[in-house]
Amino acid sequence: MKKVTLFITLCLFAVGFIGTAQQTPAPKQSEVITIKGATAHIGNGNVIENSVIVFENGTITAIGGSTTGTQGRVIDATGKHVYPGFIAPTKSLGLVEVDAVRPSDDQDELGEMIPNVRSLIAYNAESKVVESMRPNGVLIGQTTPNGGRISGTSSIVQFDAWNWEDAAIKTDDGIHLHWPNTFRRGRWWVGEPRGWQPNKDYQEDVTSVRQFLLNAKAYGDGNASEANNESFKATQGVFDGSKKVFVYAHGEKEMIDAVTALKESGVQDVVVVGGYEAHKIIPFLKKNSIPVLVREPHSLPYREDDDYDHSYKLPKLLAEGGVLVGIQNEDMANFQTRNMAFYAGHVAGQGLEKEEALKLITSNSAKILGIDDRYGTLETGKSATLFVSEGDALDMRTNKLTHAFIDGREISLETHQTELWKRYMDKYEREQ
Amino acid sequence: MAFFVGIFSASAQEYFPKNDGLKEKNTNYTLFTNATIHVSPTQVIRKGSLLIKDGKVAEVGRSVSAPENSLAIDLEGKHIYPSFIDLYTDFSVEKPKRAEGSGRSPVYESTREGFYWNDHIMPEKDAINSYEYDKKSADEYRKAGFGVLGTHVMDGIARGSGMLVALNDEGGDAARILDDRAAQFFSFEKSRASRQSYPTSLMGAMALLRQFYWDAEWYAEGNSDSKDRSLEALNANKGMVSIFEAGSKDNNLRADKISDQFNLNYIIVGGGDEYEWIDKIKASNAKYIIPINFPDAYDVSNPYAAKYISLADMREWNQAPMNPKALDENDITFALTTFELKKPSEFKDKLMKAIAYGLNKETALAALTTVPAALLGKSNELGSLEKGRYANFLITSGDIFDKSTTLFENWVQGTKNVINTLDQKDIRGNYKITAGGKTYDVAISGDAAKPSSEVKIGETSYPSKLDYSDNWVSLSFTDEKTKEVFRTTGIVPKDEQNFSGRLLLPDGSETEFTATRQKGSTEDKKDDADEDEGPSEIVPLTYPNIGYGYATTPKQQNVLFRNATVWTSEDAGVLEGTDVLVKNGKIAAIGKNLGAGGAKVIDATGKHLTAGIIDEHSHIAALAINEAGHNSSAEVTIEDVVDPEDINIYRNLAGGVTSIQILHGSANPIGGRSAIIKLKWSEDADAMIYDNSPKFIKFALGENVKQSNWQSYSRFPQTRMGVEQVYMNYFTRAKEYDAKKKSGQPVRYDEEMEVLAEILNGERYISCHSYVQSEINMLMKVAEKFDFRVNTFTHILEGYKVADKMAEHGVGGSTFSDWWAYKFEVNDAIPYNAAIMNSQGVTVAINSDDAEMSRRLNQEAAKTVKYGGVSEEEAWKMVTINPAKLLHIDARVGSIKEGKDADLVLWSDHPLSVYAKAEKTMIEGRTYFDLEKDNDMRTKIDSERNKLMKMMLSEKNGGGKTRPPRGKDKQYFECETIN
Repeated sequence: MKKVTLFITLCLFAVGFIGTAQQTPAPKQSEVITIKGATAHIGNGNVIENSVIVFENGTITAIGGSTTGTQGRVIDATGKHVYPGFIAPTKSLGLVEVDAVRPSDDQDELGEMIPNVRSLIAYNAESKVVESMRPNGVLIGQTTPNGGRISGTSSIVQFDAWNWEDAAIKTDDGIHLHWPNTFRRGRWWVGEPRGWQPNKDYQEDVTSVRQFLLNAKAYGDGNASEANNESFKATQGVFDGSKKVFVYAHGEKEMIDAVTALKESGVQDVVVVGGYEAHKIIPFLKKNSIPVLVREPHSLPYREDDDYDHSYKLPKLLAEGGVLVGIQNEDMANFQTRNMAFYAGHVAGQGLEKEEALKLITSNSAKILGIDDRYGTLETGKSATLFVSEGDALDMRTNKLTHAFIDGREISLETHQTELWKRYMDKYEREQ
Repeated sequence: MAFFVGIFSASAQEYFPKNDGLKEKNTNYTLFTNATIHVSPTQVIRKGSLLIKDGKVAEVGRSVSAPENSLAIDLEGKHIYPSFIDLYTDFSVEKPKRAEGSGRSPVYESTREGFYWNDHIMPEKDAINSYEYDKKSADEYRKAGFGVLGTHVMDGIARGSGMLVALNDEGGDAARILDDRAAQFFSFEKSRASRQSYPTSLMGAMALLRQFYWDAEWYAEGNSDSKDRSLEALNANKGMVSIFEAGSKDNNLRADKISDQFNLNYIIVGGGDEYEWIDKIKASNAKYIIPINFPDAYDVSNPYAAKYISLADMREWNQAPMNPKALDENDITFALTTFELKKPSEFKDKLMKAIAYGLNKETALAALTTVPAALLGKSNELGSLEKGRYANFLITSGDIFDKSTTLFENWVQGTKNVINTLDQKDIRGNYKITAGGKTYDVAISGDAAKPSSEVKIGETSYPSKLDYSDNWVSLSFTDEKTKEVFRTTGIVPKDEQNFSGRLLLPDGSETEFTATRQKGSTEDKKDDADEDEGPSEIVPLTYPNIGYGYATTPKQQNVLFRNATVWTSEDAGVLEGTDVLVKNGKIAAIGKNLGAGGAKVIDATGKHLTAGIIDEHSHIAALAINEAGHNSSAEVTIEDVVDPEDINIYRNLAGGVTSIQILHGSANPIGGRSAIIKLKWSEDADAMIYDNSPKFIKFALGENVKQSNWQSYSRFPQTRMGVEQVYMNYFTRAKEYDAKKKSGQPVRYDEEMEVLAEILNGERYISCHSYVQSEINMLMKVAEKFDFRVNTFTHILEGYKVADKMAEHGVGGSTFSDWWAYKFEVNDAIPYNAAIMNSQGVTVAINSDDAEMSRRLNQEAAKTVKYGGVSEEEAWKMVTINPAKLLHIDARVGSIKEGKDADLVLWSDHPLSVYAKAEKTMIEGRTYFDLEKDNDMRTKIDSERNKLMKMMLSEKNGGGKTRPPRGKDKQYFECETIN
């Protein structure tokens, strides 16, 4: 019986989609849409059972309980769940297609301090990897360059677009600074022992970052037109708060050094990315209002003596300590980003309340990225970037999307992968 | 400092002509009297005499009747010891130069002709051919007490012969080379002189050695029609002592395994960590040469840096010096070596430390004299001072294992070498010197041979420097206020307490001075301030000896899980409110309201009980994964390199995993054999490997075997077309080999062919790394041509495209849940793969190939519910009974069924849920992971780290040597790791 229904579904899809590179981006929202009857997970810790969500022209116009009035096209989502679109910070999505294929890799430019290098213009809106995010509810990402000390400038994009201009939600939102480490790996190929050893160049490396920022600041304070320096120019936004600095650091000392140096250099908004030991400096982070984008919970402890569940519980420790915390997975392959939901779910499994865990990939990340005026929660006046799942979207068994919207546009949940699935199931059905 | 007096050395051979003078003979004797003579570690003669002539001991005893022509030396109060022997050095031989790289492409062929096919096998090399006596180095060893050294070229796997050299500067090579072929040497390390790729791994080195010994037997029987000078050399060296540099407790056992297999009696050069596995080391019944390069304390004064140091490394500092004692207590025969020390002068300090840690002095002396002599079968020449032995001995001020003892002379073959002047007076004490109108207090203390000074007036100190040699004292000191420098030089008369001489005043004028010795001098008190004391505490060992190791293996318990939701992975499905009884390591009963019958009852209400997870594709718990040096490496086996100390075993247990297949990597079309193990944390590799383990081998297809993603263009195959031909060629050859063998004809034993023949005969299963449909199909067709079936395709990301063909062939699929896009050949990988293969009747498992993912395979299985709508029961089977079936261990594990092994996991929640946590993980009734115990261990690790750090800090504050913090850098393997 199950097979028959599947067969029919397959036939329906098979006609439309086989052979296209990516699903065609959805047109602008043309009618008012209401989603009715679902459990709405607002993304800020609240839940509305049996909810009504109305959105028009891409914006949520009403959200409330069952007594809220419906309008326009009504989607009956009784028994289902609605979530704000999940957000993936600090990822090279759209910059790398296939890791091992060099021609498809555009994430790492030559140079140590190159904030003027911009990810947005290389963002591949037709990426099949980006497309595969959507069926899991990951609808927004920060497309981020990698490598060097200052890798470049990121932008925030939505995942259903014709081109990068279309995709941009927030252009040039921040620069990405990989803080030096006090320890470094032994260069065994030149005869040093394997293993971590003190990095003698640490202080020098820190000084060079400070020096760069001082120069950039002085450049901005002076007559900027005198000399053409694109890297100093690209740094200006960090001093007036229009750009954030995402600083990648894991160790206590590194984080403290980084925050101190950046604040002293006049940087307005600092976000720590990684933060393996952030739980040890919670008062410091709070005092300086530093949010943390922690490494994905699906990662091994760094050191043999560390708790086996260190990465599982780190976001919980920070959230409970009052730090603004989100989850990123910058060190993973891009395709893994579709597992954002399960990272949050895993943290909930360690005892963080589920709606709090949801914040790690919705409202918290939106705040950290500075897009919370439009994204990250299901609230009136915010973008209708949301999806309907048959069940709990943080659990892989029940994360099954039926509808998804980006700025009110109903996007396709099909992908290169669902097409292949259907094509081959169709083949086997026909053979029987 | 040492100088040489050639008294009786045989400086020129009797039959050599002499033209620069006249040929004359000196047949005098030298007699040492009144000494405490340690003839051997067990025989001490007080007030004894030693008579030597022509470089040998002529007589030794309480009273020796010396001939008239004897020169007598009174050694009243002194000790005589046989000088030390170190068998494991590279003294005076040249290490070959590192081969220059030419491009990044690996080198697969040998560079030599007429020798064995592998450059790292060089039994034909003789150290004497690269030997040139190094006087400077000899002097360093003599100062450390050594008289004879074994030396060889420390390079390669089979290194050829080494020699035995006496450190006699005078005699010439004719006298000092005691044996130019004293032993043959081996190791697991490749030669630096060749870039030949094979072996790239430890298991490859082991396989190579084994094949080499088999080939030598075959060659000895005259089967080869060409000449192989390496095999000839090995055969010619048969019976020569074999010394194997293993270098660690586990490698010791690896070397011993080869030694036992071929009856070689390897003497094994250990790693200093034998104490961690002392029972197994004892059981090896091998004899050892042991380094004593105990680590210095870490500098932990910076807490940010100290966190990098693992508890294991801290323990090593605390525990390693007890290694010699542990060996001794277990009656393991061992010699000591300076190997791994930066210089021989470090030897004494380390030895003192071992003694402070309880090493018996008699054993220490034996390990430096009689044992090494006996290991080489040279007890009649060396190691003791019995009559007829070489006159190789040390003259000391006292007990040689006392820190304050001075080594005066080191005699080698009757040649005297002065280390410290024997008749130099001990001037340590307090003196007063009057100079420039002031009286200075001078304290002389420290080493009697090299004393140091302290100059004061009242409480004011004056920086000073003291030189003392040949009974002349030079003392200078500075008045820091006036910057005035005073310099004195004086001689110490033999029979006086004071010394006097010339004083150079700051203004340049000279005057006489006398240093007057004061009463109550330090010389009178025994100076034991810097005496090595034993450790304040030795922290206990765990198994493995790292954080989260266990003091003892968990006990097997009879347990009743009461009222659980039981996921049987059988037709019985999921049973609510059910009891499971575990007895004697087996599942004894499943049912409702079972009687406990003395078993420990665990209330599992609200919890889920499942069979332990089985990971078909893992690379944890291994020291090597790829033998990438050849396109086939069927001769290697991961069983040789299982690492029971990998913390990831523990972490996997915490994720509910109980069994794994450690697969060889995917560097070559025919990879190595697998190890299938249970994660019995705290036990050794043998205990972990399944009894009667099903036999598996890894094959691989696609980008990795054709080396697409790195710079290598010289190894066949470079295309998928070539991959098929590799299989055709090897299987054809294996078929011929097997047929020839079965027909009773003699064959050259070939491990690789033996293994491939097992596949043809259906005795060994293939798990094949595979991605795209063409290659999957190809291998099935190759197998069918040779009339066998592929057992498992692993990864198999395009399996969904040929699932019908796979079902027909009868091969299983072990796949990732959702990986793709990491390389070109996984472009069409889809997360629906497992569901599609499953729907077509393929036995499907979800695997990890990743140390992180393996600890949440329950979640990976759950993804098949999302992608493709697999039922929860079926999904759960994909990480339990299905992989068990694929591994042919389903009769023992993989489901909850009466009679099966009690490999069970108790989950806090629905096991497929992202919210579930493994609370207890049990293997055969032993709980190897327990959430509560884990919590306790965290606290214990913290407090033990703190304790050891305090001890290291006090070592630092006490002036002990420290080194900067270091952190382990664990190597994580996946298929593609070339190591």
